[in-house]
Amino acid sequence: MSAAREEILRRIRRSTRDVPDAERPEDVPVERGYRETDDAPRGEIVERFAERTAEYKAKVSRVSESGLPGAIRDALKARGVEKLVVPPGLPEAWVPYGVEVLRDGSGAGAQLTNDELDRSDGVLTGCALGISQTGTIVLDAGEAQGRRALTLLPDYHLCVVREEQVVGLVPEAFAGLRETVVGEGRAITFISGPSATSDIELNRVEGVHGPRTLEVLIVG
Amino acid sequence: MTIIRHQPEKKAPPDAFSEGRTPTFEESAKESLSNSQLRRNLGKATQTIRRKRGVAVAEMPDWEELREAGRALKARTLRHLDDYLVELEESVKRAGGQVHWARDAEEANRIVAGIAKSHGAREVVKVKSIATDETKLNEYLEGEGIAAYETDLAELIIQLAGETSSHILVPAIHKNRSEIRELFMRELGVEDLSDDPPDLANAARLYLRKKFLSAKVGISGANFAVAETGTVCVVESEGNGRMCTTLPPVLVTLMGIEKVIPQWRDYEVFMQLLPRSSTAERMNPYTSFWTGASQGSGDGPEEFHLVLMDNGRTDVLADEIGRQSLNCIRCSACLNVCPVYERTGGHAYNSVYPGPIGAILTPQLVGIGEPGPDSLPYASSLCGACYEVCPVKINIPQVLIHLRGKVVRHKQDEGGLRERLDPENVAMQAMGRIFANRRLYEGAQKAAHVGQWPLARSGTIHRLPGKLAGWTEARDLKPVPEQTFRDWWKTRRGGPSPNGSTGDGAS
Repeated sequence: MSAAREEILRRIRRSTRDVPDAERPEDVPVERGYRETDDAPRGEIVERFAERTAEYKAKVSRVSESGLPGAIRDALKARGVEKLVVPPGLPEAWVPYGVEVLRDGSGAGAQLTNDELDRSDGVLTGCALGISQTGTIVLDAGEAQGRRALTLLPDYHLCVVREEQVVGLVPEAFAGLRETVVGEGRAITFISGPSATSDIELNRVEGVHGPRTLEVLIVG
Repeated sequence: MTIIRHQPEKKAPPDAFSEGRTPTFEESAKESLSNSQLRRNLGKATQTIRRKRGVAVAEMPDWEELREAGRALKARTLRHLDDYLVELEESVKRAGGQVHWARDAEEANRIVAGIAKSHGAREVVKVKSIATDETKLNEYLEGEGIAAYETDLAELIIQLAGETSSHILVPAIHKNRSEIRELFMRELGVEDLSDDPPDLANAARLYLRKKFLSAKVGISGANFAVAETGTVCVVESEGNGRMCTTLPPVLVTLMGIEKVIPQWRDYEVFMQLLPRSSTAERMNPYTSFWTGASQGSGDGPEEFHLVLMDNGRTDVLADEIGRQSLNCIRCSACLNVCPVYERTGGHAYNSVYPGPIGAILTPQLVGIGEPGPDSLPYASSLCGACYEVCPVKINIPQVLIHLRGKVVRHKQDEGGLRERLDPENVAMQAMGRIFANRRLYEGAQKAAHVGQWPLARSGTIHRLPGKLAGWTEARDLKPVPEQTFRDWWKTRRGGPSPNGSTGDGAS
């Protein structure tokens, strides 16, 4: 293996002989002239997040802090969820009575199996961030989100986003996630609407392999 | 709906990356152009996506700044590719992953098959990956007794049909819904299936879910990998990418060495450029970023292998004009705007990389000197639409012309007497002499004007005589006009060239 490594590196050096020896990567100019922060008022940023998330066929509702448990209960009931997957660290007040709760534990043995996840009716999570510019929800496998399989195998994903978690532009999201990635190496998932495909005549069809229904509650 | 069987049985036809010769673009294009169903499917699809992309890009006031940043980041990476790959290797290892290096396709396939075999896997699930199409990984695995299941809907369609991709983003763009319905009924044994796209997608969901849950090994490509952190990224829509990179206990990612980017923050550029350029969305439904293996967290594969593959990329890197081709982030915007691609479709290019980007990448990756790939730089009207939409500013027309020069020089240098006496070559060399000398040029114009009348009576030359007929096979020629510009200029000014120059240049 290391023979291949040495040879590829040698080929690269030979192919870039035109690059002066003294040149360092930072010497190649990169002009970041694009927008890095959104100057719009907070209210507008959150409103745009709600609009754009809905444009990607997610069901979006705005609720108050005190109305959240009721909104969760209503959403699950309307969907007919009986077996609900819940990640570690989800606030207890969010978990409604009257449904079978499948709790995913951290550590081996405490985890739900893929089959259990597959047979569940839905999953309830929080999130790490929302991106207003693109209508995107970001999960970072942290508190109230859990490992990636939890939000992948159930066919219904109910996600709670707090207004203060919504950022304006894409660069703000990557800046906000930096510590999680660099420090802890946790996986990041960007979700913009439910699973979709445009593979048949470029018609967008919602729902292939991931959750076919995404519902978002924006709390503020 | 019941699904009773499936084994991928049919073999895809060979292309530029397979053993043996492929037809030239002209030969294959003739075939594609005579398929009216294909032309209808393609015309409709490319028009739709062009319009949508226009809307998605117009929404961005800083689009040009993003393109420039994307280009500059790629230029920085490629000029220091060795440093970045070593850094990437260290980062992935630090995060519990393993890194392999593959000089060519064969070595890459061997590494991937070796990993699958060491886990006793008879089946692997795959995310759409052009790098693995390039290496013909599926065929290789089959030879090793391992069945590779494509899980992207379009890849599944073409795998079942025994065809090859005709588009970077939507490989089955050449097939319409009723063709797909027939295929699923036949190959998946699905009964009572409608041709409604949601129904077709659901058939794929049911069929593949079991594979996702049982597979021991997942195989993916990579859209990007960050040297600083080792974070690899797969951009997708359906969720099959999330499945393959999350559920199986072992994940193998095969990536071309040019896919590395310097820092985590550089995603802020590429994750704005890619979705709008490719699916014309503000953001694609799912993007997965992972750093190494699960390392006891219980989240994702316990074992992660990253295979860094050269397979001709360092040859592309060596060419200072061609190098920019490695900027490509596989968005496919250039295919959708190309007037040639729109009419011929992707199969005419006989390569896993079709369209304008394929016309420059393929001959550089496989090397000049084979009739098939050598014909690709000519598969263009040089209109420049591809350059305008390219999110990383690859000057495709510039590289096309550069490669045409290389193809011709290769013929002259290596081709022997026959190539040197090729009528086009002889004619071009004669024209080169005439264009370089004013007297010869003016004389030739007069001679052509007199000599062309039997050919140009209708106002257009449809067919040149004798050995020159090849030139007019695919194009008409304008006759030399009654009065040339030079004649007109003389009558207007009543004298020779305005600055009094007496040089021989035909300026």
